[in-house]
Amino acid sequence: MHLRAADLGLVFIGGTGGTLARFGLAEVLPTPEGLPLGIFLVNIIGAFALGLLLEALARRGPDEGRYRTLRLLLGTGFLGGFTTYSALAVDSALLIDAGRAPEALAYLASSVLVGLAATAAGIAAGSRVRRGPAAEPVP
Amino acid sequence: MSFVVVLSVGAAGGLGAVARFLLDGVIRSRTRGPVPVGTMTVNISGSLLLGLLTGFVLAAAVPSAWTIIGGTGFLGGYTTFSTASNETVRLIRAGHTGAALLSGFGTAVVTLAAAALGLSIGLHVA
Repeated sequence: MHLRAADLGLVFIGGTGGTLARFGLAEVLPTPEGLPLGIFLVNIIGAFALGLLLEALARRGPDEGRYRTLRLLLGTGFLGGFTTYSALAVDSALLIDAGRAPEALAYLASSVLVGLAATAAGIAAGSRVRRGPAAEPVP
Repeated sequence: MSFVVVLSVGAAGGLGAVARFLLDGVIRSRTRGPVPVGTMTVNISGSLLLGLLTGFVLAAAVPSAWTIIGGTGFLGGYTTFSTASNETVRLIRAGHTGAALLSGFGTAVVTLAAAALGLSIGLHVA
């Protein structure tokens, strides 16, 4: 494994932006009945966006040059930092501690299942991105 | 909330993302097979640490500002849901059903157990 300082910089900048976007959205979005709706939405939107990004990049060309730069900045950095698993796990554990196990399991299971569906939808959307600059726009 | 705190949350998240990138890279270079051990390790260890941190804060052993910078910032940037979900869908599509179940449901179950373990340690040790 060989590392480039520029790669770390891209992941850092993207991760900083993604974390701030998540922080901002989680502050604004409500938590009805103590359920973390903000983190749920962040994770689902992020899963869709990463599916779209990775599929669109893979269809455009090999993982090098500016495609690799975009993957590290927007994928590994921004969307990786935007979405979170630790808050999902801890919020679920806290719900169980509060005697709300059914809601905890529903939150966790629906995050995983809706996340998979959102990812598949993102990949499908990404596969419709036109291949190259010469291609005709999709009507 | 002060501008300095907001900037610290962002920078901590950036560092968390770099830590994830490095650890995943090391694990990828040392493992074989379709199971995404790198992302799973990151999410399980991050859930354990956030549980621990949350337990300490609930026990009032550390200031609650720690959860914002260390939890929302660093551990939020370190762990990732989007990559876990993408890896699982790729495994399903490639026909690696066992690895997909491990990545999808295995991660959910083990991160929950890790978070609960961290919480109870944090609450009782503090």
